[in-house]
Amino acid sequence: MQIELTVNGAPRSDDVEPRLLLVHYLRQRCGLRAANVGCDTTSCGACTVLVNGRSVKSCTMLAVQAAGQEITTAEGLAAGGEMHPVQQAFRQEHGLQCGFCTPGMVMAAAGLLAENPHPTEAEVREGLEGNFCRCTGYHNIVRAVLAAAESMSA
Amino acid sequence: MIPAPFEYEAAESAAHALDLLARHGEDAKLMAGGHSLLPMMKLRLAVPAVVIDIGRVGELAGIRADGDDLVIGATTCHADVAASALVQSQTPLLAYAAAQVGDPQIRHRGTIGGSLAHADPAADLPMALVALGGVVEISGPGGTRTVGADDFFAGFFETSLEPDELLTAVRVPRCPGPDWGYQKFVRRANDWAIVGVAAAGHRIALANMGPVPVRARAAERALAEGASVADAAGLAAEGTDPAEDIHADRAYRQHLARVLTRRALEHQTG
Repeated sequence: MQIELTVNGAPRSDDVEPRLLLVHYLRQRCGLRAANVGCDTTSCGACTVLVNGRSVKSCTMLAVQAAGQEITTAEGLAAGGEMHPVQQAFRQEHGLQCGFCTPGMVMAAAGLLAENPHPTEAEVREGLEGNFCRCTGYHNIVRAVLAAAESMSA
Repeated sequence: MIPAPFEYEAAESAAHALDLLARHGEDAKLMAGGHSLLPMMKLRLAVPAVVIDIGRVGELAGIRADGDDLVIGATTCHADVAASALVQSQTPLLAYAAAQVGDPQIRHRGTIGGSLAHADPAADLPMALVALGGVVEISGPGGTRTVGADDFFAGFFETSLEPDELLTAVRVPRCPGPDWGYQKFVRRANDWAIVGVAAAGHRIALANMGPVPVRARAAERALAEGASVADAAGLAAEGTDPAEDIHADRAYRQHLARVLTRRALEHQTG
């Protein structure tokens, strides 16, 4: 069926099968490969994108459910080639190792900061409860989100 | 994992959703946030021929006060219930329960009606509804009806909803003030309760202590007769027959029910 939606600020219209998952639509049809398929069971958060500004796991949403909605992926955060403060902070604080979880972490963090611009460390940790990092633990990721909060409010 | 093929219908109103249900019968499933149904479809545990999307039916979402009750539309997501100033002030147990579901991303999509209709005995909202003595509002081809929480959950992942009916709203009594507690024992972040306890006044509901969320009636009776919290909590597992799994055997679950009931009755959250 035909869906019309906005992806990273650009309107799109695509003919999709109803069973197509949003993450597969973004990766295969839109060529946006930042959102990763990790666990594929709504647990790991590697596929996190923003739907109307709110973080969502795109492995557990149908593309047809996204009709009429605004989707933002990590590619859309860096629109114009300038990295988003959350992306800059992840680089600055070395908030990644292998990088697989990073796009999901960045999107979850961007969603969190949109809802709560000045989170405490505990709120950051709870806010990233839906995102798994299997490399290093979470210290630098949390540090990066706190640094991003600071730079965004400066 | 990819769901089996299905036909997709986007409902434009509650009446339209009922028409679609009537037309497609038991082959159809309703979907709002899809956070219970879609994972089951990906595992092919659910293979509906038709999915009726009610996620964009505006009249099914929203939170309002109605006399002594709060009325929450079925497709209101957990994040909106948790963040609602009205729910937080009037029925704080429900706001807290909604904030315990899954993780932030899940709470942005999962809905109160979906969680109740899914009827996972380990889930947060079924237990909260039972503790609060809420009711669900249901529309069907013959009109509307309401069902109390104690009668709504009919069995393991089973409710009293008929295949041609739509859960439209949840009605809970206002229950302000500090006389509530909520306990959820989990091994991992983002997990379902191994055992959960919600207490609202003298009503106590247990999660994952049977095929449906159950009342701890012996403990409730003891409280009503003036027993201490510790003595009443000691009766919390009376009459329960919890399942055993990798996380806990029957005796351990019953032990947890007693300990967590005491904490809930002491108005602790966790």
